[in-house]
This record gives sequence, C-alpha cells and structure tokens, in this order.
Amino acid sequence: MIDRVIDSRGLDSFDLRFIGLIAVILSVGVLSIYSVTHSQDTAFPFYLKQLVWILLGTAAFLVMYLSDYHKIARLAYPTYAVILILLAVVLVMGKSSRGAQRWIPIGPFAFQPSEFAKLVLVLVLANYYSRVPRVGWLQRVVLPGLIVLPGLLLILKQPDLGSGLSFLAVYAAMLLMVGVRSKALGIILLLSVMLFPFVWEMVWASLHDYQRQRVMAFVDPDYDPGGKGYHALQSKIAIGSGELSGKGLYGGTQSQLKFLPEGHTDFVFAVYAEEWGFVGVLVLLALFMALIWVSLEIAARAKDTLGALLAAGIVAMLCFCVVVNIGMTAGMFPIVGIPLPLVSYGGSATIMTMASLGLLLNVKRRRLSLFY
Amino acid sequence: MASAGFNDSDLLDLQRRLVILRVGLLLVVALLALRLWHLQIREGPYYRDLSENNRTRSVVLEPARGLIFDRNGVLLANNVPSFTLYVTLEDVKDSQALVAQLASLLNLDSDVIQKKLSIGKGSKLQPRKIKDRLTLREATLIESHRLDLPGVMIQVESQRNYPGGAVAAHLLGYVGEVSADQLEKAEFADLHQGSIVGQYGVEKTFDRQVRGRAGQKSVEVDALGHEKRAVVAERPVAGDDLYLTIDIRLQKISEDLLGEESGAIVALDPTTGDILAMASRPGFDPNVLSKELTNKQWVEIVQNEGRPLNNRAMQGQYPPGSTFKVVMAAAALESNTVAPSTTVRCNGGYQFGNRLFRDWKAGGHGSVDMNEALIHSCDVYFYTVGQRMGIDTIAEYAKQFGLGQETGIELPSERVGIVPSTAWKQKARNQPWYPGETISAAIGQGYVTVTPLQMASVIGTVANDGVAVRPRLVQAVMNRAAGERVEFPPTVRGKVAVKPATLALIKSALADVVTKGTATRAKSPLVTIAGKTGTAQTAALRTGPEKDIPKKLRDHAWFVAFAPVEAPRIAVAVLAEHMGHGGSAAAPLAKDVIEAYVKAYPQAVGGAPAGNRTKVPAPAVEARPRA
Repeated sequence: MIDRVIDSRGLDSFDLRFIGLIAVILSVGVLSIYSVTHSQDTAFPFYLKQLVWILLGTAAFLVMYLSDYHKIARLAYPTYAVILILLAVVLVMGKSSRGAQRWIPIGPFAFQPSEFAKLVLVLVLANYYSRVPRVGWLQRVVLPGLIVLPGLLLILKQPDLGSGLSFLAVYAAMLLMVGVRSKALGIILLLSVMLFPFVWEMVWASLHDYQRQRVMAFVDPDYDPGGKGYHALQSKIAIGSGELSGKGLYGGTQSQLKFLPEGHTDFVFAVYAEEWGFVGVLVLLALFMALIWVSLEIAARAKDTLGALLAAGIVAMLCFCVVVNIGMTAGMFPIVGIPLPLVSYGGSATIMTMASLGLLLNVKRRRLSLFY
Repeated sequence: MASAGFNDSDLLDLQRRLVILRVGLLLVVALLALRLWHLQIREGPYYRDLSENNRTRSVVLEPARGLIFDRNGVLLANNVPSFTLYVTLEDVKDSQALVAQLASLLNLDSDVIQKKLSIGKGSKLQPRKIKDRLTLREATLIESHRLDLPGVMIQVESQRNYPGGAVAAHLLGYVGEVSADQLEKAEFADLHQGSIVGQYGVEKTFDRQVRGRAGQKSVEVDALGHEKRAVVAERPVAGDDLYLTIDIRLQKISEDLLGEESGAIVALDPTTGDILAMASRPGFDPNVLSKELTNKQWVEIVQNEGRPLNNRAMQGQYPPGSTFKVVMAAAALESNTVAPSTTVRCNGGYQFGNRLFRDWKAGGHGSVDMNEALIHSCDVYFYTVGQRMGIDTIAEYAKQFGLGQETGIELPSERVGIVPSTAWKQKARNQPWYPGETISAAIGQGYVTVTPLQMASVIGTVANDGVAVRPRLVQAVMNRAAGERVEFPPTVRGKVAVKPATLALIKSALADVVTKGTATRAKSPLVTIAGKTGTAQTAALRTGPEKDIPKKLRDHAWFVAFAPVEAPRIAVAVLAEHMGHGGSAAAPLAKDVIEAYVKAYPQAVGGAPAGNRTKVPAPAVEARPRA
C-alpha cells in the first residue's frame, strides 16, 4: 500500500523509536556483559570489545541503511556463494571451540560466517521470491529449498545447531509469507511426520556427543546434572533465584561465582534475569516486543514485495533468535547455541544483527523516499 | 490463492500475512513471560535455595582437643597444626576420576577413599574428611592440582600430639576418627564423619570433656569449589584440659626401669589414691596410633607378641604369689584362725593327703610365728593357716582389700582378676571346691589372679591403716568456657574390717622384710621401706637353676611396697614378667621408684603428721598457645 498515510513526523525515516529501542537493548547487553566479566583481570575486557563491535555494527547499520536494498538484493547470490565458500573454509581450517568449528581467525579476532549466512539467506530468498513467477510448488518450495540446503548442510556439519535452525526458520517464514496452499502445506506436514524418524536418525547420527547429551538432558532434566544437564540447570537456577526484583547488579551469585557457563554469550539472559528479576525480564521482553512490533510495521508498509519479504525475513530471524535463546535459558528448549540479539557478547552476531536492522530501516526509507 | 507470479500487486497479500507473524509473536512472548513467571515467581524461592546451596558450603571447624597435663602441669598431650583434606561431593563432577587422582597423589588405596566418601549422614554438600596429617609435600601437590580437583579442600586443623612419645601411652591413650559404628550411638550423636574421638586411655574415658564442640563456617565457593569468603562463623569451642595425678618424671623412670622387659609398675599415694606412675611395658607411640593406619600396620600392632596395647598394670592378670600373704595375714589374724604368737613348724613341706606342698626354702624355716612367716615368706605357715581358715574366709578378706573387683580407675576395660571361693568355683567351673586347692590359694597360686593395680591398692590400704581409697588418674578438669578448674576429690572406698593392731603387726613385719627378710635389695638409705616379695609360678614343673629355664617359662617377679614406713605417702606394686624371684628382680625396681619419689617430693616424706600434710605446690602450668 504505497498510498498509505505517512507518518505525520514523516520527514524523518530515521525512526527514533527504532533507534532508541536498539540503543537501550544494546545497553542492557553491555551492562550485563560488564557485570559477569568485570572481575576478570584482562587488558581488553569483554564489555569494551563489545563496544567496539557495536561501533562496527553501527557502521554496518549505516551502510545497509543508506544503500538501496534493491542493489543489495542483487548482490545476494554472489554473496551467498562467498558465504558458502567461507563455511567450507571454516570446516577445513576453522578455529574450534567446545567441539565445534565455527570461527575463522582474523588477527586477534574470529569471524563467524554462519552468523552472516543468516542475513544473506534472507537476502537470497527475498530476491528469489520477488523475481520468480508464482507458479507451482516446485518453484515455490523445492527450488528455494535447494538454495537453502547447501548452506544448511555446511552449518550443521560444523556443527552449529542454532544457526541451522535459524536457517530453517527463515525459510519457513518466507514460505509463510509467499503463501503456501493449504493442500501443499498439508503434504509438507504429512511428509515431515512420515520422514521425521529418518531425518531424526540422520540428524541424531550427525550430532556430536555433547549435543546428544544436551538433548537427553533436556528430555530428562535430572540426567547427570553435574555433567551435560549442568548448563540447563544452572541457567534455570540463575533465572529462578532472581525472583521478583532480582539480586541487583553484580549481585548474581550464579554468574559472579561462575556457576553459570557462558554467562556473557549465550546465557547472558540468565545473568540479566538473576540480577534484575521478573520485573527486569518483563522490561526486556517488552523492549524486544516493541522492536519487533515496529519492524513488523515497517514490513507491513514496505513499498514493494522485495522490501516486504526482506523485512519479514529479518523480523522472523530476530524473533526466532530472541524466543529460542530466552526459551533455552529458561529450560523450555534444548540448548542449541543461539545468542540473544543485541545482548549477547559477540562480534559477528552483533554486526550481523545491526546490519539486518539497518536493512530493515532502509526498507522504510525507500518507502518514504517515493515522496521525496 | 492466486497463481500469478509475484509482483507488487501481491504486496497486499504478503502484508496481510504479516498478521500471522504478529499473532505468533504475541503468543510466544506471552508464553515466555509465563514461563519466566513460573521460574521466578512461583518457583523462585526454590531456585533461591538452590542458588544458596550452589554457592555456600558449610564447613565444620574442628575444635581443639583439651590439653592434658601431669600433676605438676607438664604438658602430656597438645595439638599441632596440620593439613586435612576434605572433599565436597556436590562440587565433584566425576567422583571415580577424583578418587583415582587422589589415590595416586596421596599414595592411598582408592577403596579407602571411596569408603570415606560414603561414610556418614548428611548431604552431598557436607564435606567428607579424606585424610589428615598431610605432609607439606602432599598439601602442595594437591594445591598445585587445584584446578583439576573441584570439590577438594585443604583445611588447616589441629592434630593431637603427644610430646613425650611413648611415655605414659597406656594412660593417655590415643585418638582416632569416629567409626561408622560409633556414629550410630547416642553419645556420638553430635559428631560427624571425620570427627576425632578418644579411642583409648583417658582420651577415651574423658572424651566428652576433652572433645570440645565443633564450630561451623559458611563458605562461599565458586563453581570450581574454590573458597571465596567465609560468610558466617560459629566458633568451635575447645575441649577442657585434664590434669592427671601422675608425675611424668616418675612415670618415665618406671617405664625405663622395666626397659625391654614385659611388666608393670604402679605407684600411688595411698592417702589420696593418686596414681603417681603407672607403667606398662612394652608400650607404643600414641602419635603413630592417632594417625590413620593401614590395615597391615594395625595387624602388626595387634598381633605383636608383646601385646603392646595391653595395659598390664590394670589388664594383666597374674597370680599374686607371696604378695598375697599380706591379705592372708590379715585374714588369719582377724578371723582368729591364729594369734600373732601362734607358731607353725616348717620343715620344708606340707603334707596334704598323698601330696607334698613344698616350701620355697628346701630345709624349711623351723618354727615360725606370723611375724617371721611374713618376713621370710614361709610357705608352710600359710599353707597351714589357709587350710585352717578355708577358702571362703580367704575370699572374704581378699574382697575387702579390693581384689576380684574393679579399682574404679578412670581407664577403659579394667580387668578384675579372680578371687576363688566355693561359690565361684561352682559357678565358673561347675565343680566343688577341693580342699587341696586352698593350699595353693594360700600362697597366691592356683586360681588366684590379680592385677598390679589391685596389688598397689592392697598394699596402699595396708599402708593407709585400712582405709581404702579409690585409685584415681585424673585430678582436675579445667573448664575453659567457665574458666574454672573442677577438682575431683579423693574417694574413700571403705575401711577394711581389720584391727589396728593387726595392721600394725603386718606393717612392722613388712618393714622387716626389707631390712632383714626376702627383700633386702629394696633397702634404701633415703627412706624406710616396707614391702612383700612374690614369685608367681607360671609353669607347674620347674627343675634346676632359674637361668636354665626358657625365659617364657620363668616365674613372674612381684614386689609390693610402701614408704616411708612411719607415714606412708607412696605405695608401689612391681610385676616383672618372667624375671624370676620378686626379691631379686622386682624389689630393686620398687626401691628406685620410691627413691625417685622421695627425691622429687622431700616434703611429702618429711614426717609431717598424716592428714595435715601440705600438698606439693604445682609448678606453673606450661603456657602454650592452643592450636
């Protein structure tokens, strides 16, 4: 709906609500990272590094915001090809951490291609669906599925279960957006149910031991609480013991005393929940919901299919990460290793998320630009 | 759905479907909020508890055991700092691996460690004591592996130490970890796995006083079990100090006198019952026994032929031999069996039926009265009076003097010996008493057995004019909390029903034993000594000179004595196993002990009237900081 009434403040596409929400959520992240790691005596502490990532992320945000998303979309296939190569490189020479190869070392830093792959996938699929004529389910489901597959396989091989699931989430969101016939949906569902045992066998076989044990630990929380269920249990204890108002900044004994592993990365939400309690949790959930809500608004007001698909894909991806990350720290899902967008420490994830949000705002800018 | 290709005309369609995303978003956020409400509000207190337990470990602070002093304040048992290793199971990720690691680092049997981990009540949060008295090297080794050993903690605790080593070991006893069986009992209810309790000697009998009360420390730990800070502390209360009646110098002298021989020496103050020395040989080093022993070490000690753990002074039961004649004399005179002037003709043997009971002196003593019979230890005289009195009269007096019963000394497992009587024999052997058996009993052979402590008490009672005072080993307890010293007064057990004249006669005769009788080797230039020798037969058939008999078949040598004769302040019983005649082997030892006492306490034997003697002022207590 291009003739939609524009924002009365509308002169400025640089949506201040949007920017403000991002800034506040980023601050929550830096504060929480500082709280967990402040006792560590390192020359270049994590919170400072995170500020650097935010700075780089801001640059990425501006680049994505200021360029034309149509041009960016046109670069989607070659970029995807590069990402696939990088994913392959990771497998060959990547840096290992906790049994998974996810990083390419660049000087003192490490670059995680699978994080960027998510955004590139959104671009690829949005580009595909906005160009390909809407015929049959082959073009709508199978072909894009074949595009997703190599990236998915390379990511699962690392293995990075979290990014793999994000891939599937983006794909599913796109399918939802372009509309899948109810009959087709039924067939897909039926096939999924029938194929599930075989796929599960394959996935199970491809999993590392620690991942299998995590799944086991999820199914049975008392399964070896000192071992593989340890993350899940300690995370639940951290969150639960925060109670209504939390233990206060630096007061989280779970995180301060290192009972909670990966407190500054994947489990940063548990740190926050322990320190700020249910009240703080509701505030953060509200912040995320507002950000996503505003993003959905942008998607809903996109001037073209490409913009709408891009926006929807990005929102779906963000939404998925937020829900799965919080869900896993709260013991609702198995632990799959997905960072909390804008909050968890991490260069690749922060830059990728901010670039995605820049692209999202770009979609809004393009819409408004018609009038100027 | 339209089948046309994607183009901007479908934008509306697309955008409409975003509603699904919106609804989905609201749903999942609501679900997340609900889940977090459940965790933080509904189950919050539960997780709060878990997080507290996660970070706090309750560490027991072992109390310092009370000190033990001798009568002059010389330190006999104290505490020294030492490293103790604990394991908190809660912090252990892989207990099998930990056990293996500790086993190799500490050179311990992994079964032992496993057992320690499983003993005792309490949760996985309760640290288990694995080993104490770690060497500095072991402690350093553990500390250097700190990061690989989550849940392992080294505490500095005080350990029992006996500065004198083996001296007075049987009296002091030793300590050890409370056993699993002991933990079940009510008296150990406030203890836990790894608590130290007295296992022998006064350490055991006075454990309640000496033990103290454990404190508690709440320690905040991190995920690796590393101590961050102590949160709450309940201070441990040190145990009370014990003051023993022994004089450690006299104790040492007594033990040295026995040397490598097996035997016992008991010296006591007959007026108060204070045990001045109580030696038993062979002995042991309580410092060794207070450590964790391997099974092999323990078996070696227990199966040692010399039975070093046996306190011969109160657990060794021996025939009293001729020392029993002291009791016999009192019995014979009091039961009017004989008068002091009654004489018996001794020509070297006593015929009973078709058996001849020999006197120790081949030619006999000729015609002897009570006085001479005691001085020269005439067997035939006592055969005769014993036969006239009958066993039950003998038993009655023996019991009056405290034989056949506990003296009541404050040590565990005192033995009582045997005072035979017709009733005893019927009960114990289900047989009648044969008159011939009385003849053996009359000279302290046959069924009669006594402990050296009992004999010291008997001779002490004679010295104390018939007043029997319970032997005691603990003079006072210093209650640290109340800051007061609680004295234990001497306890009079009773007065034997023996006329003063009879006792006077016996005492005078016993004085003559030393001056001109069988115990001239006990004669001292320093002090007047009265005593009675005894030779307890261990083998029925003995021929030829003593030195030709294998050592383990030789007789036990006895000597019981008191001094000074005029106002006795020390009574001594010496029993030297397989040393032959009391007069030659035991009497000199008693003399040495008495002389040492006289030198150490000249005032006590200075002839001040009984009952008005001033006590020896105790030297200042050795001031030592408590560990």
